[in-house]
Amino acid sequence: MADARSGEPAIRIRDLVKIFGSDEAAGVADVRAGLDKPQLLARNGQVLALDGIDLDVAAGSIQVVMGLSGSGKSTLVRHVNRLIEPSAGSIAVLGEDVLAMSPRRLRDFRRRHISMVFQRFALLPHRTVRQNVAYGLKIIGRARHERREAAMRWIERVGLGGYEDAYPAQLSGGMQQRVGLARALATDADILLMDEAFSALDPLIRADMQSVLLGLQTELKKTIVFITHDLDEALRLGDSIAILRDGRIVQRGSTPEIVLRPADAYVRDFVAQVNRGRVLRVGAVMQPGSVDETSGAVQLTAGMWVEEAVRQLSDAGASLGRVVDASGKVLGTVTQAALVAAMVTPPLTSP
Amino acid sequence: MDWIWHFPQIEGRTLRESARAVDQHYRAFSRAWGGSIEAAFRPLLDFLLWFESLLITTPWWLIIAAAAAIVWLASRSTIVTIGSVAALLLIGLFGLWEDTMRTLSIIIVCTVIAIAIGLPVGVAMAWSNRVRTIISPVLDVMQTMPSFVYLIPIVMLLGIGLIPGLIVVVIYAVPPMIRLTDLGIRLVDREVLEAADAFGSSRWQTLWQVQLPLALPTIMTGINQTIMMALAMVVVASLIGVRGLGQPVLQAITNQYFTQGLLNGLAIVAIAIIFDRASQAYGRRLQQHREATRNG
Repeated sequence: MADARSGEPAIRIRDLVKIFGSDEAAGVADVRAGLDKPQLLARNGQVLALDGIDLDVAAGSIQVVMGLSGSGKSTLVRHVNRLIEPSAGSIAVLGEDVLAMSPRRLRDFRRRHISMVFQRFALLPHRTVRQNVAYGLKIIGRARHERREAAMRWIERVGLGGYEDAYPAQLSGGMQQRVGLARALATDADILLMDEAFSALDPLIRADMQSVLLGLQTELKKTIVFITHDLDEALRLGDSIAILRDGRIVQRGSTPEIVLRPADAYVRDFVAQVNRGRVLRVGAVMQPGSVDETSGAVQLTAGMWVEEAVRQLSDAGASLGRVVDASGKVLGTVTQAALVAAMVTPPLTSP
Repeated sequence: MDWIWHFPQIEGRTLRESARAVDQHYRAFSRAWGGSIEAAFRPLLDFLLWFESLLITTPWWLIIAAAAAIVWLASRSTIVTIGSVAALLLIGLFGLWEDTMRTLSIIIVCTVIAIAIGLPVGVAMAWSNRVRTIISPVLDVMQTMPSFVYLIPIVMLLGIGLIPGLIVVVIYAVPPMIRLTDLGIRLVDREVLEAADAFGSSRWQTLWQVQLPLALPTIMTGINQTIMMALAMVVVASLIGVRGLGQPVLQAITNQYFTQGLLNGLAIVAIAIIFDRASQAYGRRLQQHREATRNG
C-alpha cells in the first residue's frame, strides 16, 4: 500500500472508458477509433458515459469533479470503489489495482479504506441516527460498546449531539446529511467519496455543510473526491477541480487557474456565473517580491478573499496593500486596481 | 374434410387409456411410497395433535387472556383488544369453543409453515430473475387451480386426515407470502442498497440489515393474506377429515341446517377479523419511524 507522504497519488485513474449498453468491448474499440458520444449512440445504440479519463488525486486533498447532469461525474466516482465496472482503463487506489480485487478483497477494501456520502443521504429509515452512523462498524463486526462510542464521537463532531436516538425521517435534510457524513467518517477510511453530497440541500444549509466539511478536513486530511454540478461549491471546496463535459475532462486545475485561465469557451461560460470576489484569494492576484517597509500601509493576508481585500483597501483609502502569509511573513504587494480587475467578469463568449 | 366442422380431437379410446395409465402409475407410486411419506410426516402430525390438544385442554379463560395479551402487544389498540375478547366470548357462548380451537391450531401451524417456506422462496425470487421466471407460473397454478383438483392426488397418496389437510391449506395459502416477500425486497430503495454495497456489506448482511427490515411492512401484508387464505380453506380441508369449524359447515350443507352453518361461518369470520386487525395494526406500528414527527 502506497504511503501518503511518498508523493504517489492516492487515486490514479488512467484512460478510463465506460460505455452503457450491450457489447462494451466493441464500443470501446469504436471509441478508440475516434467515435464521439453522439456517433456512438447513433451507430451502436450505446451511451458513452466516460471517455478516456485520466485523473490523479493527491493524498490528503479535495479533488472536485464538476459537470452538468449527464456529464458522467456520478459514474466516474462510482468507479473508484467499483460500484460500477469500467469498460476499459485502469484504477489504482492507495497503490492497489481496484479492478484486480477479488469480491472478498473488494468488500474488505470498501469496509476499511473507502467510504461514501450520497446525494439523497441513503440512510436506513428504520435505524436511529446512532445506528446509522455505526453501520460501517457493524459490518466489520466491531463490538457493541465500541460501535456506540465511535458513533457518539462522530455524532458530536458533525454537530448532531442530542439527536442520536432520532430516526432519519425526523430530521431536516441538512441534519440527515450530517448523519451521512458521520457514517462515512466513522469507519476511519482514508478516502471519502462524496456524490453531490450537498446538492439536495437549501443554499444556506449547503454553505453551512461546506464549512463543516472544510473544518473537518483541516484536521482529518482525508483524500476526498467531491462531485458537484455547482461551480461555486467546486471553487470553494476543491484543492483541485476537474471539469467534466460529455464524459471528458475539459480542464483540470486549482481555483485561480480555472477562474483566471479557463481552457475553453465552455469553462469560460461557467466561470462567468461565479462571484469572483469570493472564490479568488489575494495570494492568486498579488505581485510576489520583497517589499520595503514603507510601502503598503494596509496589511492583507494571502488567504483573504479578493472582495474582502478591496473593502479593506478602500476603507483605508489606500491603493496598495502589503500581502503577508498566516505567520506574518511578507510575500509581496497587491494594488487596488489589480484586485478590482480580478473581480470583474470578462465579457461572455456566447450569448 | 371432416376437420373443418369437427375439431380433430384425439380419439376417445386413446385418451381414456392414457388417463388410466397415468392413474395406475400414480396409484402404484402411492402404494409403494405412501407409507414412507406418511412416516416422514409423522413428527409433524404428532406436533399438530399435541398443539391441538394443548389449545383444547387449556382452560378457556387462559386462552382468552393469552389471546388478549398477544393482540394488545401486536396492535397496542384497546378497541381491537376488547373486540377480540368479545368475539372469543361469543364463540364460547354458542358452544363453538372446541371446534374453534381445532381450527385455530391448524391455522397457526399452517401460517408458520407458509412463512417458513414463503420467506426464503420470496428472497430467492427477489435475488434472481431466473428463479422468478420459474417460480412465477408455479404460483399462478397454485392460486388458480381449483383446490379440489389437487385434493385428489394428495388423498390418494396420504389418505384423509390432518396432514393432507395441512398440505392443501399450505399450497393455497403460501403464494401471497412468496409474492409479497419478493415485491417487498424489490421495492427497497436502490440508493440505500448502493450505500450498503459501498460500505462493504456482504449479501447476507444486506439481506438481514437492510432488505428484510425495509420490506417488513410488505411482508406483514403477505402474512396477513396468508392467514386469510388459510382460513378460507378450512371448509375445503374438512372434506378430507380436518376437524374444526369446517366440519359442522359441511354437515349443515348436506342436512340444510341454515343456522348451524351460519354460526360456524360467523366464528370463522370472527377469527379472521381478529387476525387481520391485529396483524395490520402491527404492520402499521412497524412503520412509525417513517413519520416525520420528533419524539413521536
